[in-house]
Amino acid sequence: MIAIVDYKAGNLTSVKLAFDAIGVEAAITDRPDDILKAERVVFPGVGAAGASMRHLSELKLVDVLRAVVARGTPFLGICVGMQILFDRSEEDGGTPTLGFIPGEVRLFRPSSPADKVPQIGWNAVSFQRPHPVFAGVENETEFYFVHSYYPTTINPADRVGVTDYAGVEFTSIVGRGNLVATQFHIEKSGRIGLKVFENFSRWDGTC
Amino acid sequence: MLTKRIIPCLDVRDKKVTKGVKFQNNVVLGDAVELASKYYDEGCDELVFYDITASAERRPIDIEMVRAVARAIHIPFAVGGGISNLSDMSRVLLAGAEKISVNSLAVVNPGIIAEGAKAFGSQCIVLGMDPVRVENDPRFPSGYEITTRGFRERTGMDAVAWAKQAEDLGAGEIVVNSVDADGMRTGYEITLTRLIAEAVRIPVVASGGAGKPSHLADAFTAGKADAAIIAGMIHTGEYTIPQIKRELIAAGIPIRKKW
Repeated sequence: MIAIVDYKAGNLTSVKLAFDAIGVEAAITDRPDDILKAERVVFPGVGAAGASMRHLSELKLVDVLRAVVARGTPFLGICVGMQILFDRSEEDGGTPTLGFIPGEVRLFRPSSPADKVPQIGWNAVSFQRPHPVFAGVENETEFYFVHSYYPTTINPADRVGVTDYAGVEFTSIVGRGNLVATQFHIEKSGRIGLKVFENFSRWDGTC
Repeated sequence: MLTKRIIPCLDVRDKKVTKGVKFQNNVVLGDAVELASKYYDEGCDELVFYDITASAERRPIDIEMVRAVARAIHIPFAVGGGISNLSDMSRVLLAGAEKISVNSLAVVNPGIIAEGAKAFGSQCIVLGMDPVRVENDPRFPSGYEITTRGFRERTGMDAVAWAKQAEDLGAGEIVVNSVDADGMRTGYEITLTRLIAEAVRIPVVASGGAGKPSHLADAFTAGKADAAIIAGMIHTGEYTIPQIKRELIAAGIPIRKKW
C-alpha cells in the first residue's frame, strides 16, 4: 500500500486518480499509523511552506516522516512536498523546513517581464543521471509545473534533473537514497507522469 | 524553456460538446469525456470545460462530469460556468479539476477572486473575460469593454483595467476571449491579447477566433500570450493537435514535444 500524505496542503484528488489509473493501491491519509505501515510514501503538496510546516507539526507527522525516511521506505515528494524536504525556504519570511536533503528554496526573481511568476505550464527536464523512478523517460521530456519558488544550492550528487526558467537552472528532480522528489506535478503530467508513478510503485528505494 | 500551451475548449451542454458562433447557434459535436480523452491522447497541454448551460440557465455545474473527466485524463483542466460561490469551487477542485474559471460571477462579485485565491491558491483561479471592441469612447481607454453572460450584457468596465484589478485580487491567469473574434476562425484578436499580456504579470490565454495553426503562432508572438484556446478548428476535424504542434514547432514556437 502507498500512503499519500494529507497534511492540508492542497487537493490530493489528482494524485489518487493517477494511482487508480495504473491500478496501484494508494490511500490518502493523515494518520501516523497508516504512514508508518505503508510500503511507500507519496508526499504531495500545494501551497505555502510556512502553513505546510505548521500543519505537519499539528498533525504530529514530522517525526513520522523522519522515521519512514530513516528506515529506507521509498519516499516521493511532489511540488511543495519536495520544497519542504530541504533545510529552509525563503517563503513566508523564511521558514525552516524538514532538512532531509541539503539545500534551500528561493523565489524566482526574473529580470524579464516575459517570465511570469509563478511558472505555470510544461517545461523540459534535463537528466543529470539515471534514476530508477525515471526509467524509460526520455531526456528533455516536458512535465507540468506550477510554482513560484525553486530549490537551489543542491549537492551535485543529488541533482537528478534540472530545468531552466526565469534565468536559473534549478533542480527539478532531486534524489538521495530512498528519497526522490520533483518540483513538477507528476500527477498532472499525462501518460509520462503515470509511467513515473508506475516506476515508483515498483522501486525498492535504492539507486 | 517553458512551452506555450495549447488548450482545447469544450463548451458542454448536458454532457455533450457544442460549438456556436458568437455564443449563438450551438451544434452538438460529441460526448465531452470522449472528446477530452481524444485530445489528451493527441497531446493537448490542458483542457477547459465551460458548462454553458449552467451559466445561461443558472444551473449548477455537472460534478459527475468533472469526476469522469478527471478519471480519464491526467493533465490540468479548468472548469467554468455555473460557479457561484466558494463551495462550488471547492466541489469542482475536489472532483479533480486543476482550475476554476470565473467570468460573469467575478464581474458581479470581484471579491470571489480574492476569496478563491486565498482558499485554494492563485493558481486555481482563472479569470475569464469576454471583451468587445468599442470605438472612441473615453470610458474604455483600452478600446475594449467587458461583456458578461455570453455577450448579452455590457458592464461599462474597461478590459485592461479589469485585468489589472483581477490580478491584484489574486487571479492566477486570465483568459481573454474576444467577442468580436469568437467563432469567426479568422484569427485571435491580437491587439487585445497583447494589451492584456503587457498589462499584467500573470499568464494570459488567447481565446476566440483560432482557425489555423498560424493564428496560434500570432497569439504567441505578436499577442504575447502564454497559452491559446482552440475549439472549432479541431472539433470539426479540420486540424489535429499533432498537426498544429508540428506547424508551431516549424515556426520556432516552444511547444511540448513528448507525451
